[in-house]
Amino acid sequence: MIAELGHFSLILSLGLAFVLMLLPAWGVFSRNLVLMQTGGSISAGLFVFLLISFVALTYAFVTDDFSVNYVARNSNSALPLQYKVSAVWGAHEGSFLLWTLVLGTWTFAVALFSRDLTLDMRARVLSILGGLAVGFILFLLFTSNPFERSLPVFPSEGNDLNPLLQDFGLIVHPPMLYMGYVGFAVPFAFAIATLWSGRLDTAWARWSRPWTNIAWAFLTIGITLGSWWAYYELGWGGWWFWDAVENASFMPWLVGTALIHSLASTEKRGVFKTWTVLLAIAAFSLSLLGGFLVRSGVLTSVHAFAQDPQRGMYILIFLVIVIGSSLTLYAFRAQGIKSNAIFTWNSREALILVNNLLLVVATGAVLLGTLYPLAYEAVTGGDKLSVGPPYFATVFVPIVMVLFLFMAISPRSRWKNTASGLDPRRQIVYMACSLVAVSVLSLIFASFVLPVVVITAVACWITVNLVEDVARRIRNKSEKLRAIFSQSLAYYGMLLGHGGIVISMIGICCTVYFSSEKDVRMVPGDLVSLGGYEFQFVRMRNVTGPNYVADQGEILVTRGGEAVTTLYPEKRLYAASQSVMTEADMDPGIFRDLYVALGEPVGESAWAVRVHVKPFVRWIWIGGLLIALGGALAVADKRYRRSRRREKENKSEQSMSVEDGIPLG
Amino acid sequence: MTLNKSLLIPLFVFIMLVVLLGYGFSLKDPNLLPSQLIDQPFPEFNLADLHEDGRTRNNRDVNGKIALVNVWATWCPNCLVEHPELTRIARDEGIPIIGVNYNDDSEKARAWLVRHGDPYVFHLVDNQGRLAIDLGVYGAPETFVVDTEGVIRFRHVGAVTKSVWQRTLAPVISVLRDSPG
Repeated sequence: MIAELGHFSLILSLGLAFVLMLLPAWGVFSRNLVLMQTGGSISAGLFVFLLISFVALTYAFVTDDFSVNYVARNSNSALPLQYKVSAVWGAHEGSFLLWTLVLGTWTFAVALFSRDLTLDMRARVLSILGGLAVGFILFLLFTSNPFERSLPVFPSEGNDLNPLLQDFGLIVHPPMLYMGYVGFAVPFAFAIATLWSGRLDTAWARWSRPWTNIAWAFLTIGITLGSWWAYYELGWGGWWFWDAVENASFMPWLVGTALIHSLASTEKRGVFKTWTVLLAIAAFSLSLLGGFLVRSGVLTSVHAFAQDPQRGMYILIFLVIVIGSSLTLYAFRAQGIKSNAIFTWNSREALILVNNLLLVVATGAVLLGTLYPLAYEAVTGGDKLSVGPPYFATVFVPIVMVLFLFMAISPRSRWKNTASGLDPRRQIVYMACSLVAVSVLSLIFASFVLPVVVITAVACWITVNLVEDVARRIRNKSEKLRAIFSQSLAYYGMLLGHGGIVISMIGICCTVYFSSEKDVRMVPGDLVSLGGYEFQFVRMRNVTGPNYVADQGEILVTRGGEAVTTLYPEKRLYAASQSVMTEADMDPGIFRDLYVALGEPVGESAWAVRVHVKPFVRWIWIGGLLIALGGALAVADKRYRRSRRREKENKSEQSMSVEDGIPLG
Repeated sequence: MTLNKSLLIPLFVFIMLVVLLGYGFSLKDPNLLPSQLIDQPFPEFNLADLHEDGRTRNNRDVNGKIALVNVWATWCPNCLVEHPELTRIARDEGIPIIGVNYNDDSEKARAWLVRHGDPYVFHLVDNQGRLAIDLGVYGAPETFVVDTEGVIRFRHVGAVTKSVWQRTLAPVISVLRDSPG
């Protein structure tokens, strides 16, 4: 009954999405103010019905309703409650329902918080988001309905959730990622609305900035969580695999990074107007492309969902309609737009242009590497080929290194020209000092590894410039401490974002160059030493979990005779699906992780054991979270709040509002 | 107003991308898992026979006929699901099926076959999972199509149901039967 309610509610939301697509747009065409204003309440309805639908599916999972196909395939009565809930987005149908709900949430949020938009722009934006919702909900209903029942005969027990997904990381990773992916629909809708209206001015950049920042922050968190999850759950200690699906989330992130910088230039200086529009279209297009790659089976990947040609075809057609029409609109509406601002080669505008070009080239490199196997297969007629990490290391890393060099000097630059801030001689001195300092330190404390020294020196150079920029801002203030805390939130956001990149850079290069690992055969009592630690295999025992049984190893780690920790890696057999999972155990630390995973049993009481020592690996994700926090802080900047407050005051003066009942945030 | 053609570049790039995706899409059977082993000789093995005590089997026992090699176990519920269809294939289609009893207890395996019937030509005892590792088995059941030369031509992961037989295995086998040699 509840599942039918969810299904029915999904159908209703399809109707509302159609209305949302058509009514406000009709209002724009016919210059009818009342129709234009319908967008707000329809978005609210769309959101509510999608939410009901989602809650209904969750209810089916929590109550073990195995007559619903999707529940039977992805849950089990023995599954712990939190995983029953997260199993809702554990496979294709439910995760796409979540994706659609997220679009509904963003649409509703736009309706709530964009009242300072002109009426026609708001109508256009909501209508475009409504159109996207139509596409998503049709896809759900016709190819991926999660509410389908198998009646009258249905299984008494479910197949269980894929054990890889029975994990905290997978509870939070997909919602965050989808908030990011789908969040780019908002700047996309703003960009298309701007092209549609023909008023390609700087106002749309001001409206889009907070939305882009927050979507980008969510995507950053999603990618960071995904990397962390892969590290501890996949059991071989890797944190990034250049897998097609990871690339699918990384490409929108790279373009999104370019977009938030380019939006700043467009808003403040009126430059790169058409370029910024193109980036906004590209960021969302790449999100959709990611969806196609994950769900169509065109590329094989560890992440791939159950694949169905019909779904792939639908998404391909949807891509053609959405992206094709956007780019056509762009090609004809962006004609004759000129930037009138003048800037010099060392101005902030110029540096942001360099940032954008490098990020787009980097995205192109990732896209090429992701699709090359497909192109190769198409050209050779069936030969398969895989493009591995070596390709990405040789192509992507140099581009990013050049980007970091520009990132070092960019905070010292000024809009228009940089005579006051950017002094080339001083920068050369900073760079040389960083290089010497890092070299000396690494010779004293570690070994001299050239790539690590270079990357760390660049990280140091970036930091010096950030610190000096803060110092400059408080130099002439009498109360220096207060001055530090009274900068704009957007400025702190920039500091955090760039600082996060520095921390991730150090984490990545130290993990890549200083990690050590050993595969050994161990029987109880055996000892292996690695990176200054001794790992002793104490014993094996059997443990029983809620829906699995496991062999659990006990490994005592000591350093110089002193106990550090005891690790309990497991080899689990999940009863319902009969799948075996390696559950690694680790001792996390700021400066190093100790990581132990069990391999196969090899003979009488002997096990293959893999031990890792991974220095600075946590820094990768700490950096990622700081970057996301930076993006979120920039949104909270009071420039945006002020515009809302002003708008609120205006609103209260109007005695009658068309969309009553929706509270302002 | 003259048309600025550079603004059309993104559209052209996208069209090329769509052509590529569409082509890749038409090319691929989404149910096919890539395997390093397709078109490779069946891995070398030397394993005990489940039924005949003391007898070992090796690659010579596989060569000569088009056969299915089915990896199964008593602990695997989907193996029971596919059992009726395997029985039918062995009986009606005349395809010999070789069992690889994977990570199992031989005593239980024999009892299971007594209870559910034994359509297999013979079973290899792979209780160490050695052959399964060489075959790159993800989990039971998995079914391989082996040709007369002892070369692996197809791999199916999961239960062999009626529709799997009709849609994938039967076409592969009929191609092999028609090809010379």
